[in-house]
Amino acid sequence: MDIHEYQAKELLAGFGVPVPRGGVAYSAEQAVYRAAEIGGDRWVVKAQIHAGARGKAGGIKLCKSDVEVRQAAKELLGSTLVTAQTGPEGLPVHRVLVEQALPIEREVYLGLVLDRKYERIVVVAHPHGGMEIEEIAHREPDAILREVVEPAVGMQQFQARELAFGLGLPPAQVNQTVGTILGAYRAFRDLDATMVEVNPLVLTKDGQVLVLDVKMSFDDNALFRRPNVAELRDYAQEDPREAEAAEHDLNYVGLTGDIGCIINGAGLAMATMDMIKHAGGEPANFLDIGGGASPERVAVAFRLVLSDANVKAILVNVFAGINRCDWVAQGVVQAVREVHVPVPLVVRLAGTNVEEGKRILEQSGLPILTANTLAEAAERVVAARNKARAA
Amino acid sequence: MSVLLDERTRVIVQGFTGDKGTFHAKEMIAYGTNVVGGVTPGKGGTTHLGKPVFNTVKEAVASVGATASLILVPAPFCADAIMEAADAGIRLVVTITDGVPAQDMMTVKRYLWRYPKGRRTTMVGPNGAGVISPGKAMMGIMPGHIYARGPVGVVTRSGTLGYEAAAQMCALGIGQTTSVGIGGDPINGSSFVDILALFEQDPETEAVMMIGEIGGPQEADAALFVKENMSKPVIGYVAGLTAPRGRRMGHAGAIISAFGDTAAEKAEIMRSAGLIVAPSPSELGSTMREALRRKPSPRVMVPQ
Repeated sequence: MDIHEYQAKELLAGFGVPVPRGGVAYSAEQAVYRAAEIGGDRWVVKAQIHAGARGKAGGIKLCKSDVEVRQAAKELLGSTLVTAQTGPEGLPVHRVLVEQALPIEREVYLGLVLDRKYERIVVVAHPHGGMEIEEIAHREPDAILREVVEPAVGMQQFQARELAFGLGLPPAQVNQTVGTILGAYRAFRDLDATMVEVNPLVLTKDGQVLVLDVKMSFDDNALFRRPNVAELRDYAQEDPREAEAAEHDLNYVGLTGDIGCIINGAGLAMATMDMIKHAGGEPANFLDIGGGASPERVAVAFRLVLSDANVKAILVNVFAGINRCDWVAQGVVQAVREVHVPVPLVVRLAGTNVEEGKRILEQSGLPILTANTLAEAAERVVAARNKARAA
Repeated sequence: MSVLLDERTRVIVQGFTGDKGTFHAKEMIAYGTNVVGGVTPGKGGTTHLGKPVFNTVKEAVASVGATASLILVPAPFCADAIMEAADAGIRLVVTITDGVPAQDMMTVKRYLWRYPKGRRTTMVGPNGAGVISPGKAMMGIMPGHIYARGPVGVVTRSGTLGYEAAAQMCALGIGQTTSVGIGGDPINGSSFVDILALFEQDPETEAVMMIGEIGGPQEADAALFVKENMSKPVIGYVAGLTAPRGRRMGHAGAIISAFGDTAAEKAEIMRSAGLIVAPSPSELGSTMREALRRKPSPRVMVPQ
């Protein structure tokens, strides 16, 4: 789960990490009030969306008066921001962060990740902030500093010190930086984060070390024990279909193709989508209905898939293990009777009691095409899609 | 032979008396698995499915000589259950549970390393289908009847895609020594490399099928291991050709976030390391048949 920049800054501040003075605003009036609260004569108004590259897209505005703050907030709030990371549809801006503008001396990169190779928390730093870490890794792989944290004892002071000195920071700022790194580590550990990316961490002309921008992601599997993180979820930043799927304990990811997919198991779902691609089609979605393909779940799945107007045909692929195919077939028949399915439907069943399952589908009187193998299923659904397109 | 598990392995179930534990323990017993009891804290001293229930894993080890444990407890309690089993001296822990926090797995793996290699627990999972040695025993939630005894070792992240692979092979008359579901989480107990090493050592395994997916470095590590350490042919597949960057495809670990995470990149790495990559997921069985045909019998193989 991702959260907004202002939320991440509030969380980090709770772990003693210094962040710029600022506050969130939901309206232009509130933004002006925030600016007055912060004081000074220069502010930054930043669109809050779950994506980066906001600056280049006009989502971050420097303001020199309360009139400008009002204007900036007014322009951003209610708009849809399209950045290099949002995709062409962009993300809605419902909140802005108003912050003091800082006199920046230097920018560095600081990132914490749960590294899959080391299977530990790794703290990464680089003397040049503001760039994408992948770009840095590509251009100057040797300049990246890394500290792997031993989980039994946690991050040690010396590790943070090595990073701070490695970044070439002036000795006067090393202690502050060590505090920031250790605070970010504690936040990562105590809140079950999967990523904390401070990009950039800045040194100001007056000698402060502050988090200028930060992204935080959290482990969905640990939200049950982090209610203070879970409540930060902003559904407006998510695909409404994915949010609805999650409510029913289904996994849905919307894609750009036109063949709807309903499959049990994540790996089989990905493989079935691969097969559709091999057959010349493009999947409209990933949808894992999980082990128990009950009629209710199948019906919800059909509704979700059909809520995408691009869908021209649907493929159901279920490998029934513990659940028998006849039971799954009954579920499909019941769901199709209940939900109006206006596009061609191909069903492939495999596993336990497959013959009985196929018989139920064929005798239902519903216009369901069946397939025996994965390849046949993909070919049939692509052919049906082509026919529907031509019509 | 088989790896990890056979008909003699003395198996317990942690979370034995719950709905899931009961259902899958019954299936395992029906398959022929040597289930010797189970653990449910607070229900020790009772019997369930005709087997003794214990309060702790240590008691199960002491009373019935358990050496392997299937963990079917809810995600929040999983890490604790795994560490309890490891501390009691259980040699194989198979965890089915989906939704274990990643940092719990980080802690668990660190915990397992505190034991010297000779008594260290092998952990498989979480978020996988389990382990089956066809015709001998199963520890997991897979439909046992779709597998058959034979010469192929299977290691897979996904449960249902693993079933698909087994079914395709069985349709061509190719059985399996053991099928291991390492699970779809970003941090798991055993990696592809760990299981490949076991199959390389197993005299009955003639070839291996390895089914990966997008996300993480394990498939690339495995490809390198195959190139440097394996004499047996390895057939590979990586699911998720159409997955977009940065989106989690069902499994917690199935997300493209770094270089080398995509299905195309991983398949290319496998190919260049000498693995035979199945052209599509519908050709897992036929690719294996072809590989077995081309492979000289191990008995006539001359050392290089």
